[in-house]
Amino acid sequence: MEQIRNFCIIAHIDHGKSTLADRLLQSTGTVNERDMQAQLLDDMDLERERGITIKSHAIQMDYVHEGQTYTLNLIDTPGHVDFSYEVSRSIAACEGALLIVDAAQGIEAQTISNLYLALEHDLEIIPVLNKIDLPSAMPEEVTDEIVSLIGCDPTDVIHASAKEGIGITDILEAIIHRIPAPKGDLQKPLKAMIFDSVFNPFRGIEVYFRVFDGEINKGDKVKFVNTGKTYEADEIGVLKLQQQPKDTIKAGNVGYIISGIKVAKEVKVGDTITHVNKPCEAVKGFENVKPMVFAGIYPVETSEFEELRASMEKLQLNDASLIWEPETSAALGFGFRCGFLGMLHMEIVQERLEREFDMTVITTVPSVQFHAVKSDGTIIKINAPSEMPEPNTISHIEEPFIRAQIITKDEFIGNIISLCMDKRGIIKNQVYLTTERVELTFELPLSEIVFDFFDKLKTLSKGYASLDYELIGFRQSTMVKLDIMLNGDRVDALSAIVHRDKAYEWGKRLCEKLRELIPRQMFEIAIQASIGTKIIARESVKAMRKNVLAKCYGGDISRKRKLLEKQKKGKKRMRQVGNVEIPQEAFMAVLKLD
Amino acid sequence: MTVALCEEIKLRQNYLEREPINTVYFGGGTPSILSKDNLSSILETIHKYFSVNHDAEITLEANPDDLNSEKLRDLYGLGVNRLSIGIQSFKEEVLHFLNRAHNRKQALNSVSEARNIGFNNISIDLIYGIPINSHEDWENDLHEITKIKPEHISSYCLTIEPKTVFGHRAKMGTLSLKGEDFEARQYELLIEKLKSIGYEHYEVSNFCLPGMHSKHNSSYWKQAKYLGIGPGAHSYNGASRQFNVTNNHKYISSLYKDNIPTQQEVLSREDKVNEYLLTGLRTIWGVDLDYLKDNYDYDLKKLKGSYVNNLIDNRFATLDANDLKLTEEGLLLADEISASLFI
Ligand SMILES: Nc1nc2c(ncn2[C@@H]2O[C@H](COP(=O)(O)OP(=O)(O)OP(=O)(O)O)[C@@H](O)[C@H]2O)c(=O)[nH]1
Ligand SMILES: [Mg+2]
Repeated sequence: MEQIRNFCIIAHIDHGKSTLADRLLQSTGTVNERDMQAQLLDDMDLERERGITIKSHAIQMDYVHEGQTYTLNLIDTPGHVDFSYEVSRSIAACEGALLIVDAAQGIEAQTISNLYLALEHDLEIIPVLNKIDLPSAMPEEVTDEIVSLIGCDPTDVIHASAKEGIGITDILEAIIHRIPAPKGDLQKPLKAMIFDSVFNPFRGIEVYFRVFDGEINKGDKVKFVNTGKTYEADEIGVLKLQQQPKDTIKAGNVGYIISGIKVAKEVKVGDTITHVNKPCEAVKGFENVKPMVFAGIYPVETSEFEELRASMEKLQLNDASLIWEPETSAALGFGFRCGFLGMLHMEIVQERLEREFDMTVITTVPSVQFHAVKSDGTIIKINAPSEMPEPNTISHIEEPFIRAQIITKDEFIGNIISLCMDKRGIIKNQVYLTTERVELTFELPLSEIVFDFFDKLKTLSKGYASLDYELIGFRQSTMVKLDIMLNGDRVDALSAIVHRDKAYEWGKRLCEKLRELIPRQMFEIAIQASIGTKIIARESVKAMRKNVLAKCYGGDISRKRKLLEKQKKGKKRMRQVGNVEIPQEAFMAVLKLD
Repeated sequence: MTVALCEEIKLRQNYLEREPINTVYFGGGTPSILSKDNLSSILETIHKYFSVNHDAEITLEANPDDLNSEKLRDLYGLGVNRLSIGIQSFKEEVLHFLNRAHNRKQALNSVSEARNIGFNNISIDLIYGIPINSHEDWENDLHEITKIKPEHISSYCLTIEPKTVFGHRAKMGTLSLKGEDFEARQYELLIEKLKSIGYEHYEVSNFCLPGMHSKHNSSYWKQAKYLGIGPGAHSYNGASRQFNVTNNHKYISSLYKDNIPTQQEVLSREDKVNEYLLTGLRTIWGVDLDYLKDNYDYDLKKLKGSYVNNLIDNRFATLDANDLKLTEEGLLLADEISASLFI
């Protein structure tokens, strides 16, 4: 155990975690030059394409230091706030953390939230000032920021460039010297914590864990404490670039287990693995994933419902944080109401359905979960506008609030405060981190930041603002259900629950946006927004006037047929509701309101 | 080139299975540059290898500036009995805008000269939707028709094709079309005017005095077989469509070796149905739903019944004796409608 070091790499988005992981893998000879590629651990297509990390990745490295071989277990974590629970579990599996800070950007919101998470778990923090190769790097200023944030000595901050390979040896030495070896009792009952799971189409679900006490052996009968399910450890091993089967994994180490699990839902990140006949207590800090945003997902072709279900089930194998249940919409037929960790997560799910499963889907207006409180105090959870009870049957509505931390330059404070006020926020605190960097704390309704808040924040701070948030509870609000009608028919998939003071503005802008997004058709289309029976906004899409090509002789005929066949295919991405064809993207129009 | 054309005619003498020919059409590009001798040897070759009906329609496409009285006399003498003249507009500015070589005077003269010589079946082309042409300008253009009364008029909306002068100008942002509403209005003006002076609107872009339909073009829309000769020409034999190479040099050198430089596309049942719909709906003859059902087992009433009913209820189409025909309103949306009715 003395020769093991478990650490994770944490940082704000894009500060260079995965690139640093690349350098560590190379320096330790874990991967040879031939297999090397940028952000090697980001192995999902989507991660590679978008250049972001979506889930944690663990890998084991061997490092020889002063004649002694050390086992280093590294976990690269995602930076985006949607995945913060996953980061917290990765942190819980380690004794130390490399806290990366971009030397040009300085400390940002997730730098702080991830640092706090790491400190909560008593992790040894190794601050790394990354990207010092950039001409815009400000090493002195940012080092000062780090020093005052962590309260460390300036000499503790390692100056590095993951891109240029500067400072890598210093980082490896610091890992050996500064991060404590894991402590754990081999004699105690097995206690291991799940921090990740991956679906392998041939072998079922692979579960990644960290052993705290005891040891796990191949063939052991084990139990997952929170789900209560028991399994046999068919195969266990360590996570090199390829998996390496082992007979035993002892306290202090990180490994994987394959035990014939077919259903992703059975594997909950944060759950505890123990022996069936000699169980331990559960590791603290386990939570069921809490979806923040809900939306309906429907096939564009109604006949593809079963296919969509099968695809969602497969997707869930890979992504246990995606939850869903069947739902029906008057406008769209059969589909699913899904819960997501946030908007990025939702986008990723939609994109994966389209790319990996070749499904064409409609995602309806995203919503947060509201609570309708009845006069006797009972709570009805509302995950979709259609579930909103009639106002006279309930006492009031409550909506989820968050505490948001925004870090920015002082020159943008004014802009940001007015944005947050506009979003019904209350400022709670304002702290100067340095002479010009400020941390603002707000309490805001979650529904207000779901859509375009982050983009707005970026724009009005010229990119110098970062956001982190956590849920703090439900509060009473006057929410109303806003409906959209096309040619007089209500399209339930376009309904939304909005604050009464904003309903008029929302309805007006949504109607305008729909007018842009719905193409002209053979008939004029009336677009109306209403609250109850009251129409609050209207627009119209004029009827198509002309759609006919002039010439059609001899050779034109083939060409024209192909053109029209293409035109017809384009219609397939539209959904017919009543006599109106609605393009897929119109259902997401709310996301583009500005 | 003429030798190559004659060679292709000879090689393909059996293409139409020796059925008599009703129409001959010299078109695509500028066939009027052919000399009298060239034209005569091509016609001779056609007569040699095909049986051409004595009252066949023989059309030649020409620009007004090519048609002096000598040329017209030659054509008439060779048996050409129909002219399709690319007049496009009677307005100098518009002709200039369209980069045409002729002027207003030549446009008018070409028609009157042709009449003097004896041509009694003349078609002219007109273009609408031109950005510099207001609705009033367009109405003035149309008014000229009353003076020359051609037997037939084809009128097309200006389109911008990539890799043309217009395409380039559009890309540079110096030219833009006026859009759907503007074009639709001019199209309506066209129809109103021509109908009011006795023309029949028999296809989206084609109008004629009673009985003077273009026999040749109509046969394309009635799924007739046709043989196209020359580079880029298309042919159809009822089952497949052939298209020749477009490159003149390749065309000639291939025929020199007795090879017809053609590719073919076999039409599937779907292709045939879709082509029937798209061409038929453009004409006053419409599409025959029984024909579709009997020949292709495509029961439009059953498969697209509610759509068809909707068209009829909203006066985009009529259905009589199982012929589905588009109204003038429907014709404006012919592409949208036929795509919706495709298999
Ligand atoms: N100039 C410079 N660029 C770097 C350095 N390290 C990383 N980058 C670049 O920064 C971008 C983000 O790097 P990643 O390693 O993907 O960042 P990350 O922190 O893993 O990002 P997420 O996982 O999405 O939170 C990439 O374009 C890298 O090439 C560095 O030391 N210098
Ligand atoms: Mg990353």
